[in-house]
Amino acid sequence: MLAVTDLKKSFVSPDGERVDIVNVPGFSLGAGEQLALRGESGSGKTTFLNLIAGILAADSGQVAIDGQEMTALSESKRDRMRADKLGYIFQTFNLLQGFTVIENVVLGMSFGPGGADRDHARRTLQRVGLGHRLDHFPHQLSTGQQQRVAVARALANRPRLVLADEPTGNLDRKHAREALALIREVSKEVGSALLLVSHDEEVLQQFDLRRDFADINKVAVVARASSGPAT
Amino acid sequence: MALPLIIYRSLRQHLLSTIVTAGGIALACGLLMCVWVVKTQSQTTFTQTTSGFDAVLGARGSKLQLVLNAIFHMEASPGNVAPTDFEQVRRLPMVKAAIPIAVGDNLRGYRIVGTIPTLFEQIEYAPGKMFAVQPGGKLFALEGREAVAGSFAAEKLGLKVGDRFNPYHGLAFDPQNKHADEFVVSGILQPTNTPADRVIWIPLRGVQTMAGHDPKAANDISAVLVQLRSQAAGPMLDMMYNKQGNRLTFAWPVAAIIAELFGKISWFDQVLALVAYLVAVVAAGSVLASIYNSMSARRRDLAILRALGARRRTIFGAVVAEAACIGALGATLGFGIYFALLVGVAKVIRAQTGVVLDVTARHPVLWICPVAMIILCALGGVVPAFKAYRTPVAETLAPVS
Repeated sequence: MLAVTDLKKSFVSPDGERVDIVNVPGFSLGAGEQLALRGESGSGKTTFLNLIAGILAADSGQVAIDGQEMTALSESKRDRMRADKLGYIFQTFNLLQGFTVIENVVLGMSFGPGGADRDHARRTLQRVGLGHRLDHFPHQLSTGQQQRVAVARALANRPRLVLADEPTGNLDRKHAREALALIREVSKEVGSALLLVSHDEEVLQQFDLRRDFADINKVAVVARASSGPAT
Repeated sequence: MALPLIIYRSLRQHLLSTIVTAGGIALACGLLMCVWVVKTQSQTTFTQTTSGFDAVLGARGSKLQLVLNAIFHMEASPGNVAPTDFEQVRRLPMVKAAIPIAVGDNLRGYRIVGTIPTLFEQIEYAPGKMFAVQPGGKLFALEGREAVAGSFAAEKLGLKVGDRFNPYHGLAFDPQNKHADEFVVSGILQPTNTPADRVIWIPLRGVQTMAGHDPKAANDISAVLVQLRSQAAGPMLDMMYNKQGNRLTFAWPVAAIIAELFGKISWFDQVLALVAYLVAVVAAGSVLASIYNSMSARRRDLAILRALGARRRTIFGAVVAEAACIGALGATLGFGIYFALLVGVAKVIRAQTGVVLDVTARHPVLWICPVAMIILCALGGVVPAFKAYRTPVAETLAPVS
């Protein structure tokens, strides 16, 4: 379902030096599989997810989703593919603050193949326990509730692949466990593969499939400038 | 679904700047439409306001002054016309009707004009329309001390049938110049939407023989309103009075002379239009500045939308459409400003000239201006849209992710 081959990405640091961030010779994930990638801060795992999502363009290499080569696509087609096949859960949720809960989900759906389906968005939000909060704005929700909105938004389109970047990083233990369970359950329900990156051992232990990002990323971990790109 | 929602929420999020910007556009749009409509409406209405006459015969002088004085009841009379001259023109076979008028007095600023009842009995002030006295009143008698008030003058002066008044000498009201003669209001005219509504009409002899007027001019008149049997007579009388004669002026045709006036004051329209154009450009600039300034605050939202799968062109289109929506909102509000301004201007024009503008009249500018404003605003949105288009997703989402 997901196949990564010879994927490379580097950035120019503020002092002009080119720094390799990602160098993944090979990585794959099967349909419906749930895999956790362990990685320390600054190891390049967010960049790796962004390359898979097509948010960042790779220097070289291939990312194929469902056999479709993403890195060969134009930016516009990458956008379309991201909308069609991917769900992305960010550590900081990245909810649109000026939009209500249901609008956040509907808007996420509207770029996908099925288009905006308010009823489905409502059902998805009910599934994550927010049926009573549809018309609230994100700032009116608790952190845990905001995370659930992010989950609903990422999964409402029934994506083939869900990318989760430290999805529990901003939650306390109790809420982190709940959020993780929710992400895994809903991903399974909608038949999505899940690729989660985290440095939290408790989170990682929940997964049968686990890998160290350092094992697949063949670059030396270096201290990177704070002004550089997310890693 | 996505685009209208993004636009709506963005406008809501920046409600104050949306309202202020739309207000500027409304002002520009309203001003532009009003300037255009007033210009064209007044030009059309004034040139059509001939009170049913083809020409004015008066003392030697400016044709425009003669027409303004005799038809619009503005300006001073350029001089007097001898009764023999009136008789001569009246008897010309090519003249269908000749109505003498005499001016020189007022009632609290409203002109008193002396004439003969024929004006009200036989002259159509507009095709198919004749003067009529409101129920309960009657026309003045030829030799009596009676008056018929135009509807607007009667309303403003509070005159009703049976009221008595003393005229004041001169065209401008001066309480010191009260005449001893007393007139009784015998009737109020039905509204005609012509300058006649602003006049108090009395018998010609009433003006000529009023105490205090020069007895030597007791038979003189101020001008003769002329109806021709055919337009072919106009050039002949023009030749006779203006080119061969040197004592009188034959102002013909009335509509062309008024059009000349508009030609002379066209610079004023141009200044107003220029001001309106500038306001429009400033308004479009304010759309650009307003959206551009909000871009920094919206970068993250735009990056999130991109991460969700929105294409660059969707983001570009959303920002341009948002600018166009502000333009549309402003243009809609502009109609309110337009109507308010137009009603105000029409009121002033009516009070000053008696001419009534049709505030409901349609004009192409009423759709051209709003459409142009929306396009201008959309163009103003292109620069911030390009900025939004170039928002780097990963970098923008990075700092807190």
